[in-house]
Parts: sequence; structure tokens; C-alpha cells
Amino acid sequence: MLAFIIQRLLQAVVVMLSVSFVSFALFQFVGDPINNMVGQDATEAQRELLRERLGLNEPWPLQFIHYIGNIIQGEFGLSYRLGIPVEDLIADRLPATMELVLVSAFMALALGVPMGVYTGLNRNSWLSRLFLTISLIGISLPTFVIGILLILIFGVWLQWLPTFGRAGVVDLGWWTTSFLTLDGWRSLIMPSITLALFQLTLIMRLIRAEMLEVLRTDYIKFARARGLRNRAVHFRHALKNTLVPVITITGLQIGSLLAFSIITETVFQWPGMGLLILQAIQFVDIPVMSSYLVLIAFLFVLINLVVDLLYFIVDPRLRLDSLSRGAH
Amino acid sequence: MTTPAESNLLEVQNLRVDFPTRRGTLIAVDDVSFEIKAGEVLGVVGESGAGKSLTGAAIIGLLEPPGRISGGEVRLAGKRIDNLAQEQIRQIRGREIGMVFQDPLTSLNPLFRVGEQLIETLQTHADLDEKSARKQAIDWLAEVGIPSPEVRIDQYPHQFSGGMRQRVVIALALCANPKLIIADEPTTALDVSIQAQIISLLKRLCREHGTAVMLITHDMGVIAETADRVAVMYAGRLVEIGEARKVIQNAKHPYTLGLMGSIPTIGDTEEELRQIQGSMPRLAEIPEGCAFNPRCPNVSDRCRKHRPELQSVDESSVACWLFEDAAVPSELS
Repeated sequence: MLAFIIQRLLQAVVVMLSVSFVSFALFQFVGDPINNMVGQDATEAQRELLRERLGLNEPWPLQFIHYIGNIIQGEFGLSYRLGIPVEDLIADRLPATMELVLVSAFMALALGVPMGVYTGLNRNSWLSRLFLTISLIGISLPTFVIGILLILIFGVWLQWLPTFGRAGVVDLGWWTTSFLTLDGWRSLIMPSITLALFQLTLIMRLIRAEMLEVLRTDYIKFARARGLRNRAVHFRHALKNTLVPVITITGLQIGSLLAFSIITETVFQWPGMGLLILQAIQFVDIPVMSSYLVLIAFLFVLINLVVDLLYFIVDPRLRLDSLSRGAH
Repeated sequence: MTTPAESNLLEVQNLRVDFPTRRGTLIAVDDVSFEIKAGEVLGVVGESGAGKSLTGAAIIGLLEPPGRISGGEVRLAGKRIDNLAQEQIRQIRGREIGMVFQDPLTSLNPLFRVGEQLIETLQTHADLDEKSARKQAIDWLAEVGIPSPEVRIDQYPHQFSGGMRQRVVIALALCANPKLIIADEPTTALDVSIQAQIISLLKRLCREHGTAVMLITHDMGVIAETADRVAVMYAGRLVEIGEARKVIQNAKHPYTLGLMGSIPTIGDTEEELRQIQGSMPRLAEIPEGCAFNPRCPNVSDRCRKHRPELQSVDESSVACWLFEDAAVPSELS
């Protein structure tokens, strides 16, 4: 178990090094940032000065080592556009995105799992059919259309919810949160539904398919034959056996929630990382772009590590060290 | 044919199981009647698809849709159990009637410790606290011959061998002290050397606890060794039922004779085993009259037109026109 974790950590280091190399390469290949920063009238001397200040005159291997060293110390360089440290920009935007993603993921799981179990158990009830029809909409409508529809219905027509922005934010010093005020929740609700809908339908359909599979197995029949209560058979014995694929998909999807949040954040003008990266791309703000890349890669690696560990908790057959004792 | 209800633990009367399909209704168990006395071992034999397992599933209320009981009655200790509500039949499962399935490798939930599954079952059927349930679970593991049960109880199914898992399955099926166990091919998936151990374990436990057994198998050797009485099924129908010794030594129905003839015996001088020509018909193609008539060496016109009912011959009951004598034949088809 410990060996496995160490092995995974080493893999993670390799992945992070490769990603940082790619993000570093951005600096070399995507044009000359100096042109974007200084005006057309700047003299050659001014350009050289700026180049030196930003460390762009060193040979690239040295630059890469500096780059890695800085990243490890949490320094991502200066934004070309805003001239302030990228880590401050990210620290400013990260809470908004993380809260959005967290609420969406929670929503998708809290609704998707029970709906999946229900539709798996009651295949022919009208409610199951309703769920499946809705899920078809959730899967086939693009995120931005759902967002715009929600804005139209709840923001413009009914005027229940704010149509854009992140209101009611409380600053905790190291983190800004919208969880503490009603206004915060009101502006969080539509973006998170928009982001959650696709994941919710995916999880629901996955659980349903897995439930149908598991309910046919011998151990479920035997559990019924022992007279166990339906609740125990369905939610203990069956559901736990559907969890391994669900954990895998949920892990991957939290990653893609971060990615999809670009669209949702644009539609709702949500001041998160997605909006930041979009503006950075428009301005070819390479330090922001490369830092975003490194950060997203880091989150992916982290999520995958957690997923691998969850497998061990769920499935005892994977705990290799215990296998050797069972050679009876 | 019906014996007084008091002495019978289980009575199955004219049981019919069918599967409605788009191309018509398939009758998988057709007008089957038998009874099991308390503590008795009834062997049920027949080829795959003869309806043995479905009869077992119907008794315990675990037919998989669209399969359904479409006729007849099942009575446990005189009380009808075939028309109970879900919750009532659930309380009978495990507590009154236990079941053991064929494949021990897939009968246990791989994600739960053996002990958790035992304790859960014990607590479902009796009001036990965690500690005494655990103690009982360890006792059960010891009783089914699992070495060092206090260690094994905290292990997962994949840490047990096939034979050991079947012992655990038996412990699970017996732990709520049911009066009847339906054992559906309990040894088919096991090594031959383990089969005998499992059968003798099942036999010993049921004798000690006074549990009756409905032993579903296609292994006549197991029947000969274990069963008090034997029922022979063919194409969803009961063709012969009687005391095991009598049926084995003095089979009446041509199909039973064929089954007996296809068992190899040591010291046999014949070169080849006898076999029954042809194969059992599919459910959609069961012939008119006696279902066995296309394969029967003694077939007559009557067999092709009219279906024989069970009737007493010597001390067994046989459904065959060859033995029609004193009893007035029924002309039902």
C-alpha cells in the first residue's frame, strides 16, 4: 500500500515536470511578449531593460530551471497584462472557481446517485422515464445554451436570481466565499446548476447501468434469498459494487468541471479562473496561461491520486498485501 | 395423493411457472406437485432446463420477472406462501427457508467481509447486539468447518478457496435456523474431491438441526448418497417421485431408467454408456401428450396424444401410460 502510494507520487512528479516543460515552452514559442508590453514607440534600450528584468535574456535550460524553482516556491511570475504577480491573481480567482466546482460536483453526486439507483431499481416506472428523458436533455444541450436559458427564465422573466456576477462574497483573508450570505448563494445557484447538469445526467446513467448489471449477480440473489431487507440489498450490497466505476468517472469529471467552467464562467461573468484564462488568452498573457496549465495539471494529478486511494478503500481485492495471506 | 398436512413441512400443489413472451407463453414448470416432510432430504434430478431451479426459485419467491407463478399453491407448514406480499415472503426467506446456490465464487459479495455478511444476516432475523451476533457468526464458521474462525471472520471472500466459500455460503443459509434448505446444485461448481466434503457437511448440519433439504442436482451419485426421496423432472414436469432407494434400484419411468443407465459403474463390462437418444425439447416445442414421447423407447399412440398423470406404482408415483392399471386414467391433456 505504501509502496503503491510512493510509486504514484513519483509518477505524479514526472507528469508535473512534463507539464511544466510544456507550459514553459509557451514562453519560447508564442511570440515576443515584449512587443505586447511596451508601446510601439519604445526604444531598443527600453526593450532590453524589460527583457532583462523579466529574465528573458538567459539561455532556455537555465530559464527552465529558474521557472521550476519559482513554481516550487509558489512564484509564477508577473502578468504581462496587469503587471502583478500571477499567484496573487490566481489566489484571487481560485476560490470562485473552486466553490463553483465543489457545489456542482456535490449537486451532481447528491442527485445523480439516488436518481441512478431509483431508475436502476424501477426500470419501468413513469418517474424513471421522466428522469431518463430529462437526462437526455442534460447530455445533449450544450452548457452555454443551458446557462442562457436559465438566465432567461429565472433572471429575466421571473427575476428571481441575479443574471451575472458573484455577489455577497465574504473575505476570510485567505479565501473568499459566497457560502456565508444569501446573496452569495443566490448568485451561485444558476452557474452551478448549469455546470452540474451534464455531470448529473452522466452519473445517473452510469449508476443506472451499473445497478442493472449488479442486480443480476449471484450475490444479490443470495442476499435476497437470505431474507435481507430491500434497503440493505439495494443500498449496501448493490450500490457499493457500482462505486468503482463511479469514482473513476467522478474523478475525471471533476477535472473536466474545472475545464468546462470556462464556458459557464463566461456566460455568467463569474470571476473565476475560467474568466481569467480567457482574458489571458485574448491578451497573450503567457505567464497566466502557463500557470493555469500547471495548476490544472496539478489538480488533475491530485484528483487521480485521491481516486486511486478510494479504490483501495472500496475494493478489498485490490489490497495486494492482503492477497498473499489469502492463499488458502 | 395429498397426505395429511401436519406431517408435511412443504407442500407444492399443481405448481405452474410460466414466462409470458411476445411469441406466446412458455410454461417452464407445469403442474408439479410434491411435498417435503420435516427433516427429510428430497432430491430433485433432471437435465438442465427441466425446471428444477425454477421450482426452487418459485417456492422461495425469487422468480425473476417476467417469470411468474401462474397456478397452483405452495404451502409451508400448512400456510400458503405463494401469494404473500413482498415483505412477508422476505421474512420467510432465510428464516424459514434458506437457499444455497451453485457457484460459491459468485454467491458472496466481494466487497464485504465474511463476518459482516454473516452478522448482517443474523441481525436481520434475530434481535442481536453486535457482540453476540459476532460470537454466533464465529460459532457458525466453526460449525461449517472453517479453521481458525476468529481470524477468518474478518477476511474477504477472495481470501477463501472455493470449497471454503461454499462452507461460508452454507453457514449463511443456515444461520437463521430455517426449517428447509433449497440447495440448488450446491456442488456442481466444485472440485470432485471437495464435493463429497460439502455434501457430507450439508447432510450432517441438516440432520443436527432437523432441517429439511430440497437438493437440486443432476448428479445421481449425490442423490443416491444423500436423498431420502427423489423427484425426477423432465421438461417442466414431474415424471417420477418416490423413495430414493426404490427409484434408483427399480426405476419405473423410461426417462428415469435412461438416467440410471447413463451413470458409469465400476466393473461394468459394457463398452459404452447407454445414452438417451435426442435431447430435451425447448420450452416452446414441448410435444403434445407425454413430453418424453419422441425419445421414449416404449412410445405408443396414446403417449403422443394424452398426457399421463402421476399415479402410484408399487411405492412410487410415476407419470407414464405403461403403468396404467387399477387407477382410472385421466384423459386430460
